[in-house]
Amino acid sequence: MTRILAIETSCDETAAAVVEDGTQVLSSVVSSQVDLHARYGGVVPELAGRAHLELLTPVVAQALIEAGVDGRRPGIDAVAVTAGPGLIGALLVGVSAAKAYSLAWQVPFVAVNHLEGHLAAAFIEEPHLEPPLLVLLVSGGHTMLVAMAGPGRYELLGQTIDDAAGEAFDKVARLLGLGYPGGPAIDAIAMEGDPKSVTLPRPLWGEGYDFSFSGLKTAVMTVLRKQPELHPADVAASFQEAVVDVLVDKARRAALDIGAKGLCLAGGVAANSLLRERALDVCIEAGLSAFIPSRGMCTDNAAMIGAAAFWRLEQSGPSPLDTGADPNLRLF
Amino acid sequence: MIILGIETATARVGCALGGVEGVLAEFHTTRGRRHAETLAPAIEFVCRSADIDLSEVSVVAVDIGPGLFTGLRVGVATAKALAQALRVPMIGLSSLDLLAYPLRTSERMVVPVIDARRDEVYWSTYRQVPGGIQRLTDYRLSTPRELAAELSASRRPYMLVGDGAARYADQLGENGLDSGVEWSAYPSPGALVELAHPRALREEFVHPSELSVLYLRRSDAEINWDLRHGLTPEGGFDGIALEGGGGPDVPPA
Ligand SMILES: [Zn+2]
Repeated sequence: MTRILAIETSCDETAAAVVEDGTQVLSSVVSSQVDLHARYGGVVPELAGRAHLELLTPVVAQALIEAGVDGRRPGIDAVAVTAGPGLIGALLVGVSAAKAYSLAWQVPFVAVNHLEGHLAAAFIEEPHLEPPLLVLLVSGGHTMLVAMAGPGRYELLGQTIDDAAGEAFDKVARLLGLGYPGGPAIDAIAMEGDPKSVTLPRPLWGEGYDFSFSGLKTAVMTVLRKQPELHPADVAASFQEAVVDVLVDKARRAALDIGAKGLCLAGGVAANSLLRERALDVCIEAGLSAFIPSRGMCTDNAAMIGAAAFWRLEQSGPSPLDTGADPNLRLF
Repeated sequence: MIILGIETATARVGCALGGVEGVLAEFHTTRGRRHAETLAPAIEFVCRSADIDLSEVSVVAVDIGPGLFTGLRVGVATAKALAQALRVPMIGLSSLDLLAYPLRTSERMVVPVIDARRDEVYWSTYRQVPGGIQRLTDYRLSTPRELAAELSASRRPYMLVGDGAARYADQLGENGLDSGVEWSAYPSPGALVELAHPRALREEFVHPSELSVLYLRRSDAEINWDLRHGLTPEGGFDGIALEGGGGPDVPPA
């Protein structure tokens, strides 16, 4: 049995979790800084770093207490942390603290790639997922199609050539005056709009596995300038429909091309209601098993880092204590 | 009592172990890899060198700034997590106090100056008192030119130390720097442990969750937001609580 304390501070969530053997989540605490950044219309890196520094020790304390392993020798077998990609000032807080816990408890330190965390998330709620799998990883920073042959074994099939899907949601939400964060705001207002009311492009539709969302954002801007009378709910619904159409079409084709047994969603945008609904439809239609993680497992959390760390530890062993934080850490 | 001191407020990164006998082991470097890469192996190294197990540490002391935001983040996050995991209290000390402390025998007023980047410096002033030194001003952030004007207005002989003094020697003059004291350009982990010792004896501790950094400068986003909303940036600076701002004394060693 391996019990891992995992820490995640790559963006604006301060999170800690205790995970056993990569799948048993004994605790998972997430402290969101959304309110702190909302007035600035996006995450302010310096403020995020400062907030992580204030929040991290209390969040870790809560994760240990909730897992029932609070004590001078808490029975933790390894300490894992997101080492990148992310905001450097935010990552440094988690990486520094994780090394300190590892020194104090004399247990291995494991540096984890944040994206590997998102890919591992599915296995926490469904430990018996049968590979090969096609994972659609969509977040504020990434949009990727990944072929997964098993834990820790993956291949990148395609990714965005400009904006990430989540970034497009944030930008369009700003154009519509919906505030930050844009994803949940568009999801909510789109429920009252007509997705067929505005004609928007489906960039790179049917072409390969790469994505492009910056043109779509520009198209929304043009539409709003020409037709200022349009209802924001209709624009939001049409925009969301266009993004989801492209995401789901490419995921379906990729899954069939690689002979995947199932399709997984991962990342913050996977919390979007329409994407979840349509991914399920496609899986039923194409005879794939669908795996749609709970919303809390899609957005950033430390349990997924603990799951990925378990694979990392088995496959490559502990990380050296001179590992730094890398804002551009690559998985592929 | 064993104190572990962590120092990352400037370009220097290091740590030291000390106790009633003074500094037992110390490591620091101002070159090479960055703070985040260096600090944890350095802590392992000083423990091994002094044959002290981390579980023997009874207090974690840390430089809380003012200084480089990234460096402070590494040091303070490490210190807080260590104190939490080892279940020991903390002591936070200011980088400016640490710079002034080794010059406590100086007859002149001691002015530590730390480079705050963007043509600004963090500084304060200290004078000798029986058995130690006393801080005369708040911890300040200003341009080197403003500091030079305040110093010449004070009409006291003074001595500058710190990387900010070296960088802006053309504006601040070379008082004190001419003695070539390279060692006083950066706060040292050894001084941190020495200065923390009397505080530890007086049990002037903080809990890891209560220890915060002395930033003195807010983030650009906050300043710009205030400007856009018709508030002056200075209005916000006054709201920042300075730990020890009311009782400006650095105790004797
Ligand atoms: Zn993420």
